[in-house]
Amino acid sequence: MTDSKYFTTTKKGEIFELKAELNSDKKEKKKEAVKKVIASMTVGKDVSALFPDVVNCMQTDNLELKKLVYLYLMNYAKSQPDMAIMAVNTFVKDCEDPNPLIRALAVRTMGCIRVDKITEYLCEPLRKCLKDEDPYVRKTAAVCVAKLHDINAQLVEDQGFLDTLKDLISDSNPMVVANAVAALSEIAESHPSSNLLDLNPQSINKLLTALNECTEWGQIFILDCLANYMPKDDREAQSICERVTPRLSHANSAVVLSAVKVLMKFMEMLSKDLDYYGTLLKKLAPPLVTLLSAEPELQYVALRNINLIVQKRPEILKHEMKVFFVKYNDPIYVKLEKLDIMIRLASQANIAQVLAELKEYATEVDVDFVRKAVRAIGRCAIKVEQSAERCVSTLLDLIQTKVNYVVQEAIVVIKDIFRKYPNKYESVIATLCENLDSLDEPEARAAMIWIVGEYAERIDNADELLESFLEGFHDESTQVQLQLLTAIVKLFLKKPTETQELVQQVLSLATQDSDNPDLRDRGYIYWRLLSTDPVAAKEVVLAEKPLISEETDLIEPTLLDELICYIGTLASVYHKPPSAFVEGGRGVVHKSLPPRTASSESTESPETAPAGAPSGDQPDVIPAQGDLLGDLLNLDLGPPVSGPPLAASSIQMGAVDLLGGGLDSLIGDTNFGVPPAAAAAPARLGAPISSGLSDLFDLTSGVGTLSGSYVAPKAVWLPAMKAKGLEISGTFTRQVGSISMDLQLTNKALQVMTDFAIQFNRNSFGLAPAAPLQVHAPLSPNQTVEISLPLNTVGSVMKMEPLNNLQVAVKNNIDVFYFSTLYPLHVLFVEDGKMDRQMFLATWKDIPNENEAQFQIRDCPLNTEAASGKLQSSNIFTIAKRNVEGQDMLYQSLKLTNGIWVLAELRIQPGNPSFMDLELSLKCRAPEVSQHVYQAYETILKN
Amino acid sequence: MLSSLYASFSLRRNAVDAFRVNVIHARQQVRSPVTNIARTSFFHVKRSNIWLAAVTKQNVNAAMVFEFLYKMCDVMAAYFGKISEENIKNNFVLIYELLDEILDFGYPQNSETGALKTFITQQGIKSQTKEEQSQITSQVTGQIGWRREGIKYRRNELFLDVLESVNLLMSPQGQVLSAHVSGRVVMKSYLSGMPECKFGMNDKIVIEKQGKGTADETGKSGKQSIAIDDCTFHQCVRLSKFDSERSISFIPPDGEFELMRYRTTKDIILPFRVIPLVREVGRTKLEVKVVIKSNFKPSLLAQKIEVRIPTPLNTSGVQVICMKGKAKYKASENAIVWKIKRMAGMKESQISAEIELLPTNDKKKWARPPISMNFEVPFAPSGLKVRYLKVFEPKLNYSDHDVIKWVRYIGRSGIYETRC
Repeated sequence: MTDSKYFTTTKKGEIFELKAELNSDKKEKKKEAVKKVIASMTVGKDVSALFPDVVNCMQTDNLELKKLVYLYLMNYAKSQPDMAIMAVNTFVKDCEDPNPLIRALAVRTMGCIRVDKITEYLCEPLRKCLKDEDPYVRKTAAVCVAKLHDINAQLVEDQGFLDTLKDLISDSNPMVVANAVAALSEIAESHPSSNLLDLNPQSINKLLTALNECTEWGQIFILDCLANYMPKDDREAQSICERVTPRLSHANSAVVLSAVKVLMKFMEMLSKDLDYYGTLLKKLAPPLVTLLSAEPELQYVALRNINLIVQKRPEILKHEMKVFFVKYNDPIYVKLEKLDIMIRLASQANIAQVLAELKEYATEVDVDFVRKAVRAIGRCAIKVEQSAERCVSTLLDLIQTKVNYVVQEAIVVIKDIFRKYPNKYESVIATLCENLDSLDEPEARAAMIWIVGEYAERIDNADELLESFLEGFHDESTQVQLQLLTAIVKLFLKKPTETQELVQQVLSLATQDSDNPDLRDRGYIYWRLLSTDPVAAKEVVLAEKPLISEETDLIEPTLLDELICYIGTLASVYHKPPSAFVEGGRGVVHKSLPPRTASSESTESPETAPAGAPSGDQPDVIPAQGDLLGDLLNLDLGPPVSGPPLAASSIQMGAVDLLGGGLDSLIGDTNFGVPPAAAAAPARLGAPISSGLSDLFDLTSGVGTLSGSYVAPKAVWLPAMKAKGLEISGTFTRQVGSISMDLQLTNKALQVMTDFAIQFNRNSFGLAPAAPLQVHAPLSPNQTVEISLPLNTVGSVMKMEPLNNLQVAVKNNIDVFYFSTLYPLHVLFVEDGKMDRQMFLATWKDIPNENEAQFQIRDCPLNTEAASGKLQSSNIFTIAKRNVEGQDMLYQSLKLTNGIWVLAELRIQPGNPSFMDLELSLKCRAPEVSQHVYQAYETILKN
Repeated sequence: MLSSLYASFSLRRNAVDAFRVNVIHARQQVRSPVTNIARTSFFHVKRSNIWLAAVTKQNVNAAMVFEFLYKMCDVMAAYFGKISEENIKNNFVLIYELLDEILDFGYPQNSETGALKTFITQQGIKSQTKEEQSQITSQVTGQIGWRREGIKYRRNELFLDVLESVNLLMSPQGQVLSAHVSGRVVMKSYLSGMPECKFGMNDKIVIEKQGKGTADETGKSGKQSIAIDDCTFHQCVRLSKFDSERSISFIPPDGEFELMRYRTTKDIILPFRVIPLVREVGRTKLEVKVVIKSNFKPSLLAQKIEVRIPTPLNTSGVQVICMKGKAKYKASENAIVWKIKRMAGMKESQISAEIELLPTNDKKKWARPPISMNFEVPFAPSGLKVRYLKVFEPKLNYSDHDVIKWVRYIGRSGIYETRC
């Protein structure tokens, strides 16, 4: 007997014929007719006209026929609500049938009929079925509550079904428990605030018991529900984990993933010192690997999840690199995901293998996959420094293949490698330039232009290369235009004499002929910078760029934590929170990982921070490649501003006079003081600037203060005779939030010096090198290098005597040398040291008088404005000014890197040239710094 | 192509159309098994030319959806064989009925065919007695949902098949890049009553645990034990017991089922070694020589050996010489296929081929896909041995000794590739 014949009837008058058959007396014929109706319905024909006739067949004791009629009802009841009422009686009757299968069928079907009038009649039968003696009926009724809630939530609450459903969690039958949990979880999602799933240790215990007994699907419901529970302490978390781990051996991948979710979440609460924590980590790896032998679609889901898990806890799978190697027959979506995970797991230990694989992949056929493989090679270079050289040579090999998309992809990643390891692999530039003509993708063109601009001084024909791009300037994408503009300005600053014409051309293209605001703005900034202060322009445009971080494409930590709570679900597949793809309010409750409990030891203090906040050891996030380039472009504008406070302060101090003076000069006479480069500036330049570019001026004012704090001239710190011919002199600077130690190394010996390294002893403010000492070429005899060593203040702290003493060890191939130096305290004055006026008053009063220290600064012929300006550029901020009996009193504040505030009162007698001493009183909670702050004042004011 | 939408009736037809246009008729490979079209997520699986799709607008458990789709395929296959357009049309009423039973409001319910077959049949429902009815419902919802009570056999018999697929990726120089065995223990049980079974194998952890008591035996059996990286079990196995005692105990479903799956990566016996040699002679000729060596006991015989040597797309002609078996160039598959019916252990055989190439302008180099191999051997490449399978049925009077047991080992090639 086959059913396919039902699909074949296409005659006219079919409905009429069916009608006759449906009303036939013979049972067999009736059933055949209903089957035909269902078949028509399946292929999309409208058979709703037969509604009354089909409903008539409902009263039958033939279960198969009944099921078919119910099927029809579910489909058409909504379009024929009035007639659907006719079926209600039969439903109600069926709900009391002695056969539990029929009772369940009736309640199941009724829940699927989304007609308000019917739902009213549903309540009574449903109430009975929820307490039915047969578990099969109860488990069906439990789901029916969720269905009804979806249609009419208020009704469900009013009728008290939710309480009955909660009771079912304690049912003796595991499947009833599982379905009740599933229904409650779904209802709870649409009521985020309600305490519907009131989970407590007792109910959790019941769920864990049912977990061992119910079907594989029931286990998933229960595990997903458990994942929402917040254990009260680490002990409870551990005991739940212990009872969930056996599920990791289940044949059903969804059970495994849901168990992984529970474990990943609760692990957050366990102390890392615990033996159990280590055991758990070890237990997680094998099941995750096993998921990779499932069917490809499940592999894909598993891989997307593993991608998250690897970012959250890289230690779990760090030894499992090989299982992520791509197989020739893997579907493309599996290949791409595996590649992603390979890069995340790449480390010094396995990099050789990984590179060999990647090189293999780069010769495959699928374009996306090949591109990703090439990009992966670049990412390996950035991530594992030891492999960089090998990666670069692999990339060069690939460029030689001349396969267009391979070449372009390789150039994009080589640009990143240059950023990570400046001045190391420039020898490859020539090869890159050979391929210039074949680049047709914006990203690759932009990358190449960046390289040419950045290394313009080493590329003989840089101007020709850039000029060739300029021809089709307006056809390029914004990305390329911006990059081209910056690159040409860089070129101009490096080789001003030959490239004047070029820079004028690009500036006028960007500012006059373009309607892209980003491009125009940037054009104007450069133009103005070049015309007012070429030195500042050089500092801004050619500023040293911070190195890019190792990890790219990381998911932002808070999102990652949220996604960990969604392991196994669609959110984890899309790597997006549910709110991004679910309509309406359902299922968009924000989830977060549990915080570590207080009972964990205090040694773990960095870990006790709430998990939502990224902990200190997490790498900086650089978003996806596209954004990365955006960052890059922004970077060209100048060193990153260290935070909003700085921007705010510079507006306060500089905005007024800059807007006034700067604009006047521009509007008054366009050619006033303009260097040759911008001599051709159009007269109408004034208009757009005055109209709406005031924010632009803030930026330039920021540039004005860029020169930063006062910098003492370099002093000899380590004389050559003490250090076998190595002479070190240096000074400290502070620029826009970063401290650096400017060193001058001179080789006064007869042999070449290499292998330089530097280390600081512990010191009062935790100063430490932020990067290794990079002396790129060996230092030959009589050669001198200037190095700026960035410093940070996160090193170990030990109080020194004197306070600002710094002991330094410098190593080279000859020996290790020690010296000590004193750093001026003002390099530690931070940019947000401006105290609120009220706060200042309160603090001044609050600090006891014995902490006040008085100093005199002799022979300092400065007026108030000059003094205040000088101090401000070294981050000593004037909060208020008062004139008392012909004396100016300045009230000032400053803050040290370690958060110590110093308040000052500076007394100046402006009108009296004979009396040139200034009086300074300082108040600080740590009075020992006062002496050094005073010295800083003196140095700043006198220079 | 027929796209069947079974899952949800609340879905409008335009969703089906969207799926048809965007996934089925998209003229390219499937780029992702989950497709989001207009805020609706489609999960799709393809079986021969039938697409099974599940549709949702919520953040559902994705792993569960795919597991369910596979399960649906299994259940359908158990009822009417191969999933084809023909069979689906022939059984659409049955499919509706099955779906209605195993999926309720998107929640999968009991999907064990053993239980389903007791009340969903192709022959229409027999009228059931009240006792039968409650037996059905208690079984469908019960703790042992996979087995019904009151099964009787005159002869109690069970078959164990240890089926392994050995996977290898080898470098041209003969270095093992990755190798693993994924194995399955498939059991066919024809046992009366509700038998309690206990399965034992040479699992290193178990053997070492037992070996602690008798020190001298550890040396002997320790050698033969294997390290299992990970294993998963059929839902009949008591997982908490495995977790605590590492013992595998269960009440089996009636008939055939997959008791466990496992994976090993250590000390794998690689049944064959492939040694490739590819030489490019000028731009229009390739010389290929491949040697295969069998690496197992000489008394055993491998069967169905097939070596597939890929050829470039611009191949114009191939000349092959092989010592054993038959080799043919198959232009449609871009490969030389070399077949050998049988080969004993510790032997070697060789094939050499000359491939003529058409000159092309294509700058792109030939990707040189790996040489792959298929075979079947009568042992478990992982070294797994079944130590015992004990059967207890306290209520009926048959004992473990009365059960006739059969064990068979088959090792097959999974993805067994050597790069050249």
